Amino acid sequence: MEKADIKQIETEVKPPVASKGVVGWARANLFNTWFNSILTLVTLFVLWKTVPPFFRWAIVDSLWFSTGEACRGTEGACWSVIPANIRFILFGFFPYQLQWRPLLAMVILVVLLFYSRDRRHWNNSLVYAWVAGLFAMGLLMKGGILGLVEVESTQWGGLPLTLMLSVFGLAAAYPLGVVLALGRQSKMPAVKALCVVYIEMIRGVPLITLLFMSSIVFPLFLPEGVTVNVILRAQVAIIMFTAAYIAEVVRGGLQGMSKGQYEAAESLGLNYYQTMRLVILPQALKIVIPPTVSQLISALKDTSLVVIIALYDLLKTTQSVLSDPSWMAFSSEAYIFVALIYFFCCYFMSSYSRRLEKELDTGL
Amino acid sequence: MPDNITTENSLPTGDAIIEIIGMHKWYGEFHVLQDINLTVKKKERIVICGPSGSGKSTLIRCINRLEEHQRGQIIVDGIELTNDVKNVEKIRAEVGMVFQHFNLFPHLTIVENLTLGPIWVRKTPKKEAEETAMYYLEKVHIAEQAQKFPGQLSGGQQQRVAIARSLCMKPNVMLFDEPTSALDPEMIKEVLDVMIDLAQEGMTMLVVTHEMGFAKSVAHRVLFMDYGQIVEQNTPSEFFDNPQHDRTKLFLSQIL
Repeated sequence: MEKADIKQIETEVKPPVASKGVVGWARANLFNTWFNSILTLVTLFVLWKTVPPFFRWAIVDSLWFSTGEACRGTEGACWSVIPANIRFILFGFFPYQLQWRPLLAMVILVVLLFYSRDRRHWNNSLVYAWVAGLFAMGLLMKGGILGLVEVESTQWGGLPLTLMLSVFGLAAAYPLGVVLALGRQSKMPAVKALCVVYIEMIRGVPLITLLFMSSIVFPLFLPEGVTVNVILRAQVAIIMFTAAYIAEVVRGGLQGMSKGQYEAAESLGLNYYQTMRLVILPQALKIVIPPTVSQLISALKDTSLVVIIALYDLLKTTQSVLSDPSWMAFSSEAYIFVALIYFFCCYFMSSYSRRLEKELDTGL
Repeated sequence: MPDNITTENSLPTGDAIIEIIGMHKWYGEFHVLQDINLTVKKKERIVICGPSGSGKSTLIRCINRLEEHQRGQIIVDGIELTNDVKNVEKIRAEVGMVFQHFNLFPHLTIVENLTLGPIWVRKTPKKEAEETAMYYLEKVHIAEQAQKFPGQLSGGQQQRVAIARSLCMKPNVMLFDEPTSALDPEMIKEVLDVMIDLAQEGMTMLVVTHEMGFAKSVAHRVLFMDYGQIVEQNTPSEFFDNPQHDRTKLFLSQIL
């Protein structure tokens, strides 16, 4: 009887309707105070002044597949600069006939990355898939066996180079950063001192300095005749740099852990590595997902600094295209295109991090 | 309080499982434990009480070396506690510990909390560990929550899970560090009931608590600590009805 009564009340009393149509919503949110009304009007004015002209430039008056000469006469955007030069922008000096190889390598990488997004796929076969994938990518880029023509790494460039430097840079920097963070918390004075010195030294210099050192100073220490690939050196510099920052982010997470978690793990008889791997790190790393991803995103964008040691990454190949007199005037279009590529990579990371956070949320 | 519950109160006569001989501990200059001598026999149940800051928590935390002592000896199950990490890990696996704030692992489900120790320390196969876990969850009346996360449980439920987590390691001794102090009043009883069950099965227990009813009905021996010393120890009836020291009398008059 009582239950029925409660049900009836539930059906009768509805939550108050928050908005009454568009007008009600606008009044409640856009014009609820005089200050907000002014803000709304100013915003509308700015949008009216900027959006239509941009739309006209980017879409209405734009040219998509023309020569550079044809573009001169138009008021709109000359997107033609991209299709006309797409292969150089994406692949740099990689031999023109062989550019299917870096393309295939990138496809493999992207497929693997997408497949790895789902945590249910994280098992042994995924590890084998990555090993096989890495081998295939290396083979495609370098060649030299299996009837593939060898391509010197000095000819690598464009998007594959950017992706390679970022993906492997981040993949290696993250675990290294975690180890450094643990080292900095270590009770062993030597380990701790080493990690502190490393982290503070790396954080004390700009990435450019490290890249210069890797390309100019480092070879001075090598015995005569020995050379280390310039891409590898840049890769190592990026890893070392990013790891130091990741280490500090992870350390923040470790400090957020309560002493009780360590004690509970230890009182079960777990040793140091088990305690860290099974109890502390899963929680600490989860807490620091947002700052970690910020760090990784900025590392991805920092790979564009390798231009200073004469590597042709995505940004540099684009700039090279713009030094061609027939396309010189259309840098905005080309840069917008490159910006979009960077944006998609970064957005992929940040949306994935949000998804991970949601999946790992256990209500505490 | 469950005064009506009778546990077998005759003092066990078996071998000693914990021996503490002339033990001292300092926090910097502060002498937190002074000349502690204590022998705990197998199946013995000891309640340790005393004002806050008297060193009672520190004492039981020394027994599984969550705290280091600086002088004297602590021998647990025939193994002396030293800096030898392997020995310490061995003892910790034999000694269960229940904390005031439960300290469940929030990123693991209840059943994963329970199987973590057996799988990684005892190398029990996963399936067997899960069966054991379910057995102990039944025992603490919480089996239906096995797949939830700790954050979804009430305090009393979490503490019972914490007890079950310790039991899954099949410990020889259980240490309780104020297990009911962080609980709402209506949840204290459900935790104490589980502890009484445990007592009736003959578990060796050292309990730091302010639940004097529990001490009366369950303990073989009650220890009173103050200023880092064991001031008085006696059977519950003698301890409560006929305290010897003034400090004990003062303490009892304040809490009873």
